[in-house]
Amino acid sequence: MKFSVSDTAIDVSAARKAVADKHCGALVVFEGWIRDHNEGQQVERLEYEVYRPVAEKEGARIIDEAFARFAITHALCIHREGLLELGDCAVIVCVSSAHRGAAFDACRYIIDQTKTRLPIWKKEHYVTGISEWVNCEQCATAGDAHGEHRHD
Amino acid sequence: MKVKVRYFALFREQAGCASESVDFPGGTARELFQMMTAKHQALNTQAASLVAINDEMSGWESTISENDEVLFFPPVAGG
Repeated sequence: MKFSVSDTAIDVSAARKAVADKHCGALVVFEGWIRDHNEGQQVERLEYEVYRPVAEKEGARIIDEAFARFAITHALCIHREGLLELGDCAVIVCVSSAHRGAAFDACRYIIDQTKTRLPIWKKEHYVTGISEWVNCEQCATAGDAHGEHRHD
Repeated sequence: MKVKVRYFALFREQAGCASESVDFPGGTARELFQMMTAKHQALNTQAASLVAINDEMSGWESTISENDEVLFFPPVAGG
């Protein structure tokens, strides 16, 4: 499975090994981790909602596109769903290729496309007890009126 | 025509339901969404929203057919 969604912790070591190849001189890994802050707010934990039927299909397409665009040998992407704590790995992209340029470019392409095309949503839970969906335009523009706009 | 509409994440909270069957006079995905925003006052159009039809990513100008399942995705935030 080149693209998958997991509701359990990502095995980073196993993901790296899955793309290791004696014909490849480069192995590039991107790991996205849960950090403790976002846009001035102290984050306590985070929740990913994934619509798997479309995410898995579209995710596989992104990997296929990376193979078509770059001279890579192996590529995979695993994305988490559910409740994640600070320091958890939310997403991993592993790419191997004969030379480093293609692996770097393909890894960047896969994570960038994953962030913008897949039906995956992130709800941040703050230490204040408030929680909100990331990328919600109403949150971004509400300013001082933000308290009137809740995501429970 | 009868169509099924599904809402996700922020849209589900705004609509107050995860899915519903609706009687749609016909038209595009954009027109169907506009009809649903008229029904659910809290449901807001967001610039980066996406739409899928029958589990395939689609476009807002796609024509809806009888019995389609139309999925409304608010701005995504993977990674």
